[in-house]
Amino acid sequence: MRFAFTPEQDELRRQARSLLAGPEPSWQELAELGWLGVSVPEEHGGAGLGFVEEAVLLEELGRSLYSGPYFATVGLALPVLPPEQQARVAAGEVRWSAALDGWLVPNLDAVERVATEDGAAPAEGELVESVDESRPLGRLAPGPREPLPGKLDCARAYAALAAEAVGVAQKALDLSVDYAKTRQQFGRPIGVYQAVSHRIADMYVETELARSLAYWAAWCVAEGDQQAPVAAAAAKSYASEAAVAACERAIQVHGGIGFTWEHELHRYYKRAQWIESFGGYPAVQRAEIARALLD
Amino acid sequence: MELRDTPDEAAFRAEVRAWLEANLPAELRGHRGGAGRFEELGRDWSRRVYEAGYAGLTWPREYGGGGAPYSHQAILFEEFARAEAPSHIGVIGIGMAGPTIMVHGSEEQKRRYLAKILSAQEIWCQGFSEPGAGSDLSAVRTSAERRDGHYLVNGQKVWSSFAHIADWCLLLTRSDPASERHAGLTYMVVDMHSSGVDVRPLRQITGEAEFNEIFFTDVEVPVENRLGEEGDGWAVAMTTLLHERGTLGFALTGTLDVAVRKLLALAKERRLEDTRLRDKVAEEWIELQALKLTNYRSLTKLVETGIPGPEGSGSKLHWSEQNQRLTKLALEILGGEAAANGDGEEAAYWRHQQLRSRGNTIEAGTSEVLRNIIAERVLGLPRSR
Repeated sequence: MRFAFTPEQDELRRQARSLLAGPEPSWQELAELGWLGVSVPEEHGGAGLGFVEEAVLLEELGRSLYSGPYFATVGLALPVLPPEQQARVAAGEVRWSAALDGWLVPNLDAVERVATEDGAAPAEGELVESVDESRPLGRLAPGPREPLPGKLDCARAYAALAAEAVGVAQKALDLSVDYAKTRQQFGRPIGVYQAVSHRIADMYVETELARSLAYWAAWCVAEGDQQAPVAAAAAKSYASEAAVAACERAIQVHGGIGFTWEHELHRYYKRAQWIESFGGYPAVQRAEIARALLD
Repeated sequence: MELRDTPDEAAFRAEVRAWLEANLPAELRGHRGGAGRFEELGRDWSRRVYEAGYAGLTWPREYGGGGAPYSHQAILFEEFARAEAPSHIGVIGIGMAGPTIMVHGSEEQKRRYLAKILSAQEIWCQGFSEPGAGSDLSAVRTSAERRDGHYLVNGQKVWSSFAHIADWCLLLTRSDPASERHAGLTYMVVDMHSSGVDVRPLRQITGEAEFNEIFFTDVEVPVENRLGEEGDGWAVAMTTLLHERGTLGFALTGTLDVAVRKLLALAKERRLEDTRLRDKVAEEWIELQALKLTNYRSLTKLVETGIPGPEGSGSKLHWSEQNQRLTKLALEILGGEAAANGDGEEAAYWRHQQLRSRGNTIEAGTSEVLRNIIAERVLGLPRSR
């Protein structure tokens, strides 16, 4: 048993963290960095790694509220595509999304192709604005579908969302800690008041628990472990709730400024809520788990 | 990242599982502890655990331990929880006294005390809290006056588990009467059979008496019983508390694992259909996994760096609140019969667990103190005091 990342995975995270601290990279830059082909086999132009590495990137992309269709392309569609399409994804030549299980299609406006349960389709249909402006949804137009070799995997989608949610929760926590250390009221930094600091301590505990579940789910998906569906459902439900709660506490810690359009917190809050609802609210995943445990 | 057992870990797990199957007496399985009868059975059981080599698994071999990696300790806790086997009766000795003596004790003290902790020949208790010193431990007033070759100890300690059966006490005293707060404290181990030691059980809301008050009246404690230097008691006490919370995670999660398993069995047996209650049952299972996995992350860090991560306080905090929640959930599933409290009633078991759980957010660091520790030492927020 060893529940930690490898030095290479830690290095990937460091690289992602530092790059994403700057201006948002273009899709082509992600291709050049090799982030689009992390799990694509080497003979098709990828790095031949797996979902654990993708989860590291998804977490960091969540932390920086990346606006491109990485979750849609890599998190949802990539594994079901034929090798030649995977190679094109890795090269940044084509972007995909997916229509899973009757869910709306994320980033329909920003992709060229959509994987469905019945095969591939062009990204044509009705665009739906979403709570998270950077991640619109869509309803795919009916039409012929071209067969795809793989089958869309709900567990992988949940695990990807959980990884993003951990990134969002961590960012809300970091913003709150920084603010509580510097913002002064009654002549002292507000972090000295336990009504503030204990709220932040709770954010920390929940974020760490969410992190543990998200990494577990990522490992199960990467290994094809039989626990993957339950692990991913657990991770998605807990991590998305933790992210929403972290953002809500962060807004309260920030006071008035946290409620403004100008402050970045509302964008994290909206991403957290997008993640919480996408693919069903946490109660839906818990109902699945209850069925697995009790029936 | 590898969440499966290594071949060595799998072999150890199989060995422990087989040993428990062959050796755990039926009357001890699932024993909730606390009752007087347990203490006799508990000593005997603890001796068998020791003889099998499972007490102090990670302690150095020279002091009677197993010299095993921390991962084996984690597996041991998991398998004991799985079999609902009671833990070794020397929880204070193994979790607190032993680690403190290993860090601050002389070679002579290590040889005198450590092995007998593991063999359950000697039981330990902790004398830290006082009526006027709870969360603010630095307010202790129990005095230790230096005389020829001994300290004369006077004062009162409280909330002391196992004191009624203990042979030794970890005692935090004030040796300099003019001192304040963290200065002037001295740490010593006291023979509970000394003249002037009086133990009175404290009956708690479950009706049982797990805790005690200890009164010290002119108790003579030899100077060689001191741990660390005179006046350095605070630093020694911090070692004890670090281990109290640091090594607790797996043991606590083990008890929660048993509780969640019983909760699932109850929900199945009652063919639970209520959507809201099913949602809550799933939530308890999810959060148990989250705690277990967080322990694994801490364990990996401990194995690789030798330093426990800061997650210990968070785990204890979450564990205590979850245990309070899930015991109430079990009673709610029992519905109208939940108030029935006679012997043999299923509700009586859960009622005991539920009432006992109210202590979880108070003992071994209140939730308020733990949140302060997380805020200040983990997150670096400014001190609140």
